[in-house]
Amino acid sequence: MSVLDSINYWIAMFLLITGIYIVIARGNLVKKLVGLSIFQTSVYLIYISPSKIIGATAPILAQGFSLYSNPLPHVLILTAIVVGVATIALGLALVVRIHEAYGTIEEDEIHEQDQSAT
Amino acid sequence: MRGFRVLRVIAKLLIPFILIFGLYVQFHGDYGPGGGFQAGVIVAAAVIFHALIYGLPHTQRVLPEWVVETMLAVGVLLYTGVGVVSMMMGGNFLDYSVLLHNAVDGQHRGIFLVELGVGITVAGVMLMIFYMFAGRARSKYSEK
Amino acid sequence: MIESNLPALQVILPLIAAPLCVLLRRSSLTWLVAWSASWATAAVSIAILLKVLGSGTISYAFGGWAPPWGIEYRIDPLNAFVLVLVSVVAALIVPYARRSLQAEIRSRQHYLFWTAYQICLTGLLGVTITGDAFNVFVFLEISSLATYILIAYGQDRRALVASYQYLIMGTIGATFIVIGVGLLYLMTGTLNLDDMARRIANMPLYRPELAAMAFLTVGISLKLALFPLHLWLPNAYAYAPSVSTAFLSATATKVAVYLLMRFSYTVFGRSGIFESLPFEEMLIALSLAAMFLASTVAIFQDDVKRMFAYSSIAQIGYMTLGIGLANASGLTGAIVHMFNHAVAKGAIFLLLGCVALRIGQPLMSQLTGLAKRMPLTAAGLVVGGLSLIGIPGTVGFVSKWYLVMAAVEKGWWWLAALVVISSLLAVLYVWRLIEVVYFREPSEKLNEATEAPISMLIPAWLFVFACIYFGLDTSTTVGTAAIAAETLLESLP
Repeated sequence: MSVLDSINYWIAMFLLITGIYIVIARGNLVKKLVGLSIFQTSVYLIYISPSKIIGATAPILAQGFSLYSNPLPHVLILTAIVVGVATIALGLALVVRIHEAYGTIEEDEIHEQDQSAT
Repeated sequence: MRGFRVLRVIAKLLIPFILIFGLYVQFHGDYGPGGGFQAGVIVAAAVIFHALIYGLPHTQRVLPEWVVETMLAVGVLLYTGVGVVSMMMGGNFLDYSVLLHNAVDGQHRGIFLVELGVGITVAGVMLMIFYMFAGRARSKYSEK
Repeated sequence: MIESNLPALQVILPLIAAPLCVLLRRSSLTWLVAWSASWATAAVSIAILLKVLGSGTISYAFGGWAPPWGIEYRIDPLNAFVLVLVSVVAALIVPYARRSLQAEIRSRQHYLFWTAYQICLTGLLGVTITGDAFNVFVFLEISSLATYILIAYGQDRRALVASYQYLIMGTIGATFIVIGVGLLYLMTGTLNLDDMARRIANMPLYRPELAAMAFLTVGISLKLALFPLHLWLPNAYAYAPSVSTAFLSATATKVAVYLLMRFSYTVFGRSGIFESLPFEEMLIALSLAAMFLASTVAIFQDDVKRMFAYSSIAQIGYMTLGIGLANASGLTGAIVHMFNHAVAKGAIFLLLGCVALRIGQPLMSQLTGLAKRMPLTAAGLVVGGLSLIGIPGTVGFVSKWYLVMAAVEKGWWWLAALVVISSLLAVLYVWRLIEVVYFREPSEKLNEATEAPISMLIPAWLFVFACIYFGLDTSTTVGTAAIAAETLLESLP
């Protein structure tokens, strides 16, 4: 029961570790960014889950309701999502440039080219 | 996508409605869910839709790259401009209450302008990202 | 109106300059905008420092919303000091950058470079000035994203890979910081750092707080390149354009060090977390590892920029050592070392930029006989190197003196000895450079080289003079740092 109670956090932790594992284990630069994105998304869940109060309504003042969910985490996460989008866009732009410069987006091949160049 | 007449006609029908919906989300953000972020993305989506169906060169004739780049800057300037004006009128940075004769109207005016700035910049950023990625792939293949 | 809004102006001056750069586009115009904005920012920061030293902590409510509900800018002597450091360094680099950029970056991209530079400055100042935990993350990411761009402008294609690696590690670090802030928000219900510190002090220590502390420490350590998390730094500094390297090495890591101080002292100071976690011991051990290992690696580098990048990692070790020592002398040493290292590394990387203008990427083998062709540049490099070692009369001596004193005050003679021994490692790599530069015949590449243009030498030599001036007259820097250290220690029980 205790596992099901905090199922959101279990999922968030699973995504967190999955994401960071992809970042570390994959050599493909685009796949690394996919992992990074999953990793960031898990944090959104950590913020959003506790702000939902069971039985509470959306935080818009209305008659007959006195219990509202906390809107602040949503606002924070909206900002974090924007930051995430910018990061991924910049990362992909760098990958495009790397592909133009090296002709590959595999980390080990890039490393090889750097080693043979010097 | 020249051959796909159905897609082209539907796109032509849909794009005005997407734009109007974007404007609705933008200006209704004061009263209900919405605001600059969402509206900017919706407006950008309409333009990106146009580019997907009619091709990037056509879209860039309607909305050249320098216009998009100006949008980025103008949005941020509008946002900071509201803050600077509120400082000049005796409040703190982004204190909308001092913008008009009473605080409630001032808040309305302030959030309206700031969200407009956010909307312009977000639409600009989204389009810029799309232009950059789409433009680069095309130029590379055309060289080959 | 201006006086009461100084904290806001500090951040929005560069923020306004950035879109103006995009609109103006012309290289010379954008340089002028960047120049005026940076110097105005520097003036604002000095005004703020004087005000804080005169009348105590400033609190500024953004948008007129009272803290702790609204976003608060809170400036005490510590972050006023860091603000001055960041903005003055940024302002001094702008006049230098004009010639250097012409040589290293295509002129139609200059306006984008200046936009990124101003946004990076906005972010760094924002992190320093804000009193709101989530704001810290947002500004940190603003500065980091701009930093990745500044690095990717390097001429060498390896700059792209270095920037990508920094992006991956930096984002992981920033996300760790968000997790930490989120856990703290869940536990305390506030995002205002001051309010958070008070609430943490008044409640028992729960496990999520320990987790938050761990996440924050690891996240910030990634940003400041603490020893095992430093892997992004050498390549990023080595292949970035000279201007970016000088700016980032002098400011970005210092802001992260400040952040570590802010969280470990102001926020967690009274939580009793230090009794239950070996935070200080861990920090001291990692700092020592950084001081010794990074210095050793630096000795074997051929690329001079890379060598000084490793030296940066070692020098950051001294700052974190001061944080770990957690007494007045140690903290004073750490804070002064932030300033001293910024001055010394700023001088070195700016002068290496002068060398790069003449011969490209400065490799050890190509620098032979530099002193015969570019005497002023070579002399400046020597002064910068001497202050990295910590020779008396240069800035490096002052901060290391305080660190040694702090270790002695704690009765840890072995630590004092280790600080001195690690400085000897710096002697090795600095001597290697001096030997090559002064006691060999000029290399082929250097034969045609002449002294760098005056517009680059003056800003670089201002840093060099600062290395000596603040080494002799310590009252301004140490005096301010001591007050800043005092405010940090006040938050300990």
